[in-house]
Amino acid sequence: MFLCRVKGSVTSTIKHSCYKGWKVLILQPIDAKGKDKGDSFLACDSVQAGPGDVVLAAREGNAARQILGKDEDPFHAVVTGIVDLIDVHKSI
Amino acid sequence: MKLAKVIGTVVATQKDKSIQGCKLLMIQPLTDEMKPSGDAIAAIDTVQAGPDDLVYWITGREAALALPDTFAPVDATIVGIVDGVDVDDKGIVNKGRIFL
Repeated sequence: MFLCRVKGSVTSTIKHSCYKGWKVLILQPIDAKGKDKGDSFLACDSVQAGPGDVVLAAREGNAARQILGKDEDPFHAVVTGIVDLIDVHKSI
Repeated sequence: MKLAKVIGTVVATQKDKSIQGCKLLMIQPLTDEMKPSGDAIAAIDTVQAGPDDLVYWITGREAALALPDTFAPVDATIVGIVDGVDVDDKGIVNKGRIFL
């Protein structure tokens, strides 16, 4: 799991049937200090996150399927939580 | 999942029987700013996308799960045609309260 900030959303009418009813967000991975890190990607939202939120994301099929669907649904990335607080004590 | 633009089609007569009947497209992965991200790839199309369509696609084991035969040798599948991308980039709201 890693930290991301929500950058926006994507709308789509024609899609694989398992994606119906799920919001798709644009996520930008960030580091422990909140700086952007790497390329943005899309993920399904299960926690009603919005632009500007810091969220926990899993980019791995098994976690996504457990949260969003059945065993055979082709979900790959999912937002699993909205972050309230990050307290990093010291850097290595 | 990532965004991509359809840039062409692929025709393959001889292919594994688990992907017979599946349409193949060439796609160029894009960032949310619509800039190319990496090289163009071939992907299976499940949503009848056409040239110049903006789509989103999945990779990994899940790419095969989107097909009728879920045990297929596939690592990229288009699963949606994008109507709109709404980038509302306001940074991190309440950054001072979240990052101590």
